[in-house]
Amino acid sequence: MKIAVCIKRVADSETRVKVAADGKSLDEAGVKFILNPYDEFAVEEALQRKEKAGSGEVVVIAYGPQSAQETIRTALAMGADRGVLLEAASVPADGLVVARALAAELKDGGFDLILFGKMAIDDYNQQVGPMVAELLALPCVTCVAHLNLAAGKGTAEREVEGGMEEVEFPLPAVLTTDKGLNEPRYPALKGIMAAKKKPLDVKPAALGAAGLEVLALTPPPERKEGRIVGEGVAAVPELVKLLREEAKVL
Amino acid sequence: MSHVLAVLEQRDGSLRKVSHEVVTGARRLADALGSGEVHALVLAAGPVQGTEASGRYGADKVITATHAGFGQYAPEGFARVAAEQAKAGGYGAVIFAASAQGKDLAPRVAARLGVPLAADVTEVAVDGGAVIVTRPVYAGKALLQVKVTASPAVVSLRPNVFTAVERPKAGAVETVAVSGDAGRVVVKGIKAATGGSLDVAEAPIVVSGGRGLKEPANFKLLEELAQAFGGKAAVGASRAVVDAGWRPHGDQVGQTGKTVSPSLYVAVGISGAIQHLAGMRTAKVIVAINKDKDAPIFKVADYGIVGDLFEIVPRLTDEIKKLRG
Repeated sequence: MKIAVCIKRVADSETRVKVAADGKSLDEAGVKFILNPYDEFAVEEALQRKEKAGSGEVVVIAYGPQSAQETIRTALAMGADRGVLLEAASVPADGLVVARALAAELKDGGFDLILFGKMAIDDYNQQVGPMVAELLALPCVTCVAHLNLAAGKGTAEREVEGGMEEVEFPLPAVLTTDKGLNEPRYPALKGIMAAKKKPLDVKPAALGAAGLEVLALTPPPERKEGRIVGEGVAAVPELVKLLREEAKVL
Repeated sequence: MSHVLAVLEQRDGSLRKVSHEVVTGARRLADALGSGEVHALVLAAGPVQGTEASGRYGADKVITATHAGFGQYAPEGFARVAAEQAKAGGYGAVIFAASAQGKDLAPRVAARLGVPLAADVTEVAVDGGAVIVTRPVYAGKALLQVKVTASPAVVSLRPNVFTAVERPKAGAVETVAVSGDAGRVVVKGIKAATGGSLDVAEAPIVVSGGRGLKEPANFKLLEELAQAFGGKAAVGASRAVVDAGWRPHGDQVGQTGKTVSPSLYVAVGISGAIQHLAGMRTAKVIVAINKDKDAPIFKVADYGIVGDLFEIVPRLTDEIKKLRG
């Protein structure tokens, strides 16, 4: 089974967000970068599918700056076979630009499966996977939390409001992975050593014209200072009164 | 002058409530773009209950596109028909809900139109004829303001943010049978969740519990509180209790769960880790109940009670019941 996994280097979820001098981007000084957590499910799924099939290849592809090579090495340390970096100074806000570059790279790869995390925890765009599927005219299921594959077909479950949607699709396909699909492995020392020798191809990313222009990145408005209504059960009537008369939500 | 297409959502032949928010957002944008019309598009197998209400929220016209294969969500068929309608109508903007379905459908339609998607936005505005949106990024720790330079502007709206506002327009309903393939990706059905039909991402009131509940059975206290609100509240959970297997992942609020913006969020026995705050900081009013007065949740809460949740929550349930008579 030949599987591509598209991954992203993102700022760690614990990052304190400081706006850079341009007023439009994250000040990266002192920020720790990690493999996007949802992409870990995609890498893990690819590795398990390949192990189950007994043969195949897992290729990880990232669009991003030179430093995203480290992110690719993390996926290689988990067990992926080789990496490709589509190098660009930064990842644009326009997801279609990224999708076009990835689609061009994936087009003639002969992949049975193309996996993405359901979204990146930095820009929350949640669109590049299904866009790549459209550009390649492949079937796509997003936010996959359960997956069965057999004989060129798949069934998946994805979470929707109030339940799980059950979906059937043919292969090859593009899937985006959600929490619950598997438990991503930690890279073992042996894997980390091996990853250093695995092939990692770096090429310039095709830069398309963007249809979104970032105007500003700003801190969210501060929430008005709250107050402790009181201690213990005695404070409950006062809380209800405030919710009704001051906050007007009851 | 530019018209706006609002892509609505139905399930089992009934319009979903979030659709009114989509019409409201589309109306706001159409007005700002200059007296444009709002055309609402519903994709279904037949007539959809509730579509006529779209006029009340500002739809000039409602188009129900019917296809035998549209009984369930048909990702590829829906994307094709919505993109065709968007092209045929020459719309200045196409608006979706950033619901489970909208998050799947909107990127497909945008790709077919060859334009980007401004996803999960919390504000829309128009400046010099261009659509400007605001979207929370970095887990809600920053807001990104983006100008859409492509046309049409394809935008999805975060649920519960664009509160449905009545703004009556004609809302004439027309039905069009569409042909062609419904697609290779086939939804067989929806397995109902055990909790209840109200989803934390869409509920006007969310009551969430964390490790302070001590054991899974104690979530009964929160379920009783939610019930006291009379069908308007859903029960959420922190990551810690979902990872521990106490509650399903669908109930998780936070960075690796759902982002919620209810009018009232009650955090019970939740300390308020940054991952959790990411999922609920846009709630209109936050109440925290925690025994630790230094818990970070009190920093974002509008109202807090320090103390034993096992005494406080049942009392709160009683008070709410009393209030609602």
